[in-house]
Amino acid sequence: MFPQAPLFPEKAATIAWQIDHLFLFALGGSVFFSLLIAGLIVYLGIRYRRRHPEEVGEALDDESAGARALELAWSVIPLVILMFMFVWGAKVYFYAARPPADAVQFYVVGKQWMWKIQHPEGNREINELHVPIGIPIKLTMTSEDVIHSFFIPAFRIKADVLPGRYTTLWFKADKVGRFHLFCSQYCGAEHSRMGGWVTVMEPHDYQAWLAGAGQAVLASGEELFSAKGCNTCHRPDTASRGPLLAGLFGRKVRLTDGRTLVADEGYIRESIMLPAAKVVAGYQPIMPTFKDQLSEDDLIQLIKYVKGLKAPEAASGIAAPAARQRASARGGTR
Amino acid sequence: MSSDAISLPAHQFDSLEQQREVASLGMWVFLATEIMFFGGLFAAYTIYRVSYPLAFIAASRQLDVTLGTLNTAVLILSSLTMALAVRGAQQGKRAPMLAFLPLTMILGAVFLGVKAFEYHHKWVEHLVPGAGFLLPGADARHAQMFFCLYFAMTGLHALHMIIGLGILTVMLAMAWRGRFTSTYHNPMEVSGLYWHFVDIVWIFLFPLLYLVGRHG
Amino acid sequence: MTTATEQAGETPRTHYLNVNYGIRSWLLTTDHKRIGILYLISVTLFFALGGVMAVLIRLELATPQGDLFQADQYNRLFTMHGILMIFFFLIPSIPAVLGNFLVPIMIGARDLAFPRLNLLSWYIFNIGGLFTFWALLHGGVDTGWTFYTPYSSTYSGTHVIAVALGIFIAGFSSILTGLNFVVTIHRMRAPGLTWFRLPLFIWSMYATSLIFILGTPVLAVTLLLLGAERLFHIGIFDPAIGGDPLLFQHLFWFYSHPAVYIMVLPAMGVVSEIIPAFARKKIFGYRFIAYASVALAVLGFLVWGHHMFVAGQSIYAATVFSVLSMLVAVPSAVKVFNWTATLYKGSISWETPMLYVLGFIGLFTMGGLTGVMLATLGIDLHVHDTYFIVAHFHYIMVGGAIMGYLGGLHYWWPKITGKLYPKVWSRIAAVVVFIGFNVTFFPQFILGYLGMPRRYHSYPPEFQVLNVMSSAGATILGVGYVIPLIYFFWSMRYGKDAASNPWGAVGLEWETTSPPPTDNFETTPVVTSEPYHYTRPAEAPGVL
Repeated sequence: MFPQAPLFPEKAATIAWQIDHLFLFALGGSVFFSLLIAGLIVYLGIRYRRRHPEEVGEALDDESAGARALELAWSVIPLVILMFMFVWGAKVYFYAARPPADAVQFYVVGKQWMWKIQHPEGNREINELHVPIGIPIKLTMTSEDVIHSFFIPAFRIKADVLPGRYTTLWFKADKVGRFHLFCSQYCGAEHSRMGGWVTVMEPHDYQAWLAGAGQAVLASGEELFSAKGCNTCHRPDTASRGPLLAGLFGRKVRLTDGRTLVADEGYIRESIMLPAAKVVAGYQPIMPTFKDQLSEDDLIQLIKYVKGLKAPEAASGIAAPAARQRASARGGTR
Repeated sequence: MSSDAISLPAHQFDSLEQQREVASLGMWVFLATEIMFFGGLFAAYTIYRVSYPLAFIAASRQLDVTLGTLNTAVLILSSLTMALAVRGAQQGKRAPMLAFLPLTMILGAVFLGVKAFEYHHKWVEHLVPGAGFLLPGADARHAQMFFCLYFAMTGLHALHMIIGLGILTVMLAMAWRGRFTSTYHNPMEVSGLYWHFVDIVWIFLFPLLYLVGRHG
Repeated sequence: MTTATEQAGETPRTHYLNVNYGIRSWLLTTDHKRIGILYLISVTLFFALGGVMAVLIRLELATPQGDLFQADQYNRLFTMHGILMIFFFLIPSIPAVLGNFLVPIMIGARDLAFPRLNLLSWYIFNIGGLFTFWALLHGGVDTGWTFYTPYSSTYSGTHVIAVALGIFIAGFSSILTGLNFVVTIHRMRAPGLTWFRLPLFIWSMYATSLIFILGTPVLAVTLLLLGAERLFHIGIFDPAIGGDPLLFQHLFWFYSHPAVYIMVLPAMGVVSEIIPAFARKKIFGYRFIAYASVALAVLGFLVWGHHMFVAGQSIYAATVFSVLSMLVAVPSAVKVFNWTATLYKGSISWETPMLYVLGFIGLFTMGGLTGVMLATLGIDLHVHDTYFIVAHFHYIMVGGAIMGYLGGLHYWWPKITGKLYPKVWSRIAAVVVFIGFNVTFFPQFILGYLGMPRRYHSYPPEFQVLNVMSSAGATILGVGYVIPLIYFFWSMRYGKDAASNPWGAVGLEWETTSPPPTDNFETTPVVTSEPYHYTRPAEAPGVL
């Protein structure tokens, strides 16, 4: 009707259809019940309008079996519909929360008031996100300052972006075009200008774009790993004072306090920033914090590097502490 | 002495009995809000203790269990003397009130004195959160969080103790003037409820703050 | 109603308004009725202040560029609008104004249990308000009324502490009001007034008071921690020092979600009084509605996490909060159906209070149904933090709570002041409010689904048409709110005197004079019948 003023948003990702279906179902139900109530009020209000000043209404017996059945009906029927809505909604939500295993990994850093995005190929962009169509893409996101929220209306998804931890979002775009990118969590003065565009491209266009866009100027994770001296302790030989990181990602880790956890991005991040919070069993909390030395971008590079370290054939999870015990048996090397 | 005693209910009440019930229900409802008030802090404590158990144990070891135990004993004793004072009021006897109310207040003051000594000690040891915080050991940041919660919780508790002492001062003045009779003594009963509540909060604070990780 | 003038022609009767005069007699009063009026004055001032800000917000949003205010000015505007409207108008509106006036009268008591605490609560409320007002004059605060950390604790350069302190202080007035109501309702009911003979307004006040008592202290401690965090950087909410910003959100919503029920439960109570009065019949399903009030108060404490579906909490927690939120919809639906069923075979008069209340039912239904959409996890993914939310909660708070408040004011105004207001104007105002409200907020649902985020100072141009509509509606709504202000003032001086029972309604408040005497009743009433016991005067017994 008004090309400049749409009434329904564009759809450009696979999950958008699912959310729209759910929404339209809920909308249908809501319209039905709203009209039902409004219609009843108007009809009853007119049908039973007061005809002379002394008139009194006729009380209904609400203790009767019929009234009880009626009340039960209008408690149970909504309940059934609500539970149906809940299950459907949860299904869509779980689908949205669990990226497929083959999703391509992008990184997003929010800061007041811009979005910084890293492609797996190393390209970086600000307030723009170029993605290929038809490929599942996973965004791992963090913030340098306050809470933001990454929101693409055409994809119908959003997730808050928090300082100090990683949150994720995934999508598979299915329509070529340019779509709004918003920050939807209030983040300060220029909140409303913290956004940009998502550009969905055909794969060959995307490849051409990748080739044309400037390559990353960031220090690589490997460079940082030696520049910050990580490799002086996290090393495979006898001088090792920290656990070996090869093959760490996705593995179970035992901590000094007896807990175990799976080493994910959040854990690696915390171990760099607040090393003493979760110490691997068999090690001393001697690692200094790198909190003020690494930017969020550097951290992402480091994590990408650690994730890429593949476990050597022989060195399994137990190998690292064993190596350490040998070292201390020799009288400790400093 | 009895000329000062209150024998008529306030205008909104039908009887002294109703007035008494209202006062005590009012205090119970107030204590419910107090529980929720401390509850928010207990929730924060629980979340961070679960997240950083080692830091919390390490930080807790910096607290002086002897002084904590002493204070616990002092407070339990003060609850006993408070109960005796209230009993005196219920029986309309002035002497037990004039004996036990000051005793309760002295015990309360002892508690606050010990607390102040502990606070001072923490200050000297650089365990007060902020720029001067210094705890040798691994996880100083999270240990600092323990001390934040320690000061927030014990500080609010101490504030309640100070308010309690103020209330008891008023009670003592009223008892001195013989305002309480066997039929009119709700202020004493209600103050007693408050005092016991403040003690009970400490009974929860003591193990959570002082005894973390000492069982093993 | 025409008999009112005859009655007033005789020797002037002493009542709570003319028993004594002068500013002292008001500022030192312990009469719950006068304190209700003091609250009425306070909350009306805050409402006017918040309303002016709403108008400025809508003016700014009439164009997409953000050209009327600077971004940071706009942020302060919507923050102060939210804070004033929620903490200083909506939360105290019905409980502290109508509740204060009516609770003792409706249960046949001479006053609340603790009259001096009641007066104290009004002073505390105003001190809190003054702190907030001071902060407003000095530039206000720009964190959003939700104070999310770490923005509020570390990054915002505005008067966060002054405003948080203002809300903290005002919170104690809520606690004292709730405490007073609970104790009064428990211990001071007239002889024969059993729990199931209580008017439903009392049930809703009781449920509201439970939230005041159990929720407000958690907000207090949260704001205390926020202040400490800001002053000393203790790190409880700061991820840079190992704290958890989500903990703040959990604690904040633990109060602030039930706070929604503080706003809407009293309005439901008003509706449950007005519908039987203007349908002249017993309300359908009394017990169901009474239980539903308490159920809402209790369930309201278990659903705070639905504000955090996209905030980074675990998906399993989100699932639990979603299903619990769905359950909240059931008692709300029950109430709506019961009210509608009450109209059946009634004798319905379309007086002004009834217009507001029927409007309430329609708007609350829409607010509730969109609330169900938001509780549906999949939909929330898209519409969270968009204008869809803004529209939804304005349907509940403005379409629900304020319609209920205005309906209640119009219903009890003759009792409170002893004066009648002009019927025609009041009906016009009710219709204008209803139309203005829908034109303002309905377009925001569409904007939200289109993806316009909330708290945006400027926005993409394709959203302008709907925003202009919304701004136009706000003008109509503003007019609708000013008309009652004028004729209420007018009626106090020029209005006809009201009879004891101008509506022909049933209830203890209509058995005493208008306005009531200081002690509410000449003799303590004795209750012998069910509530809403309407019988035909001529052929009273055995009609059914």
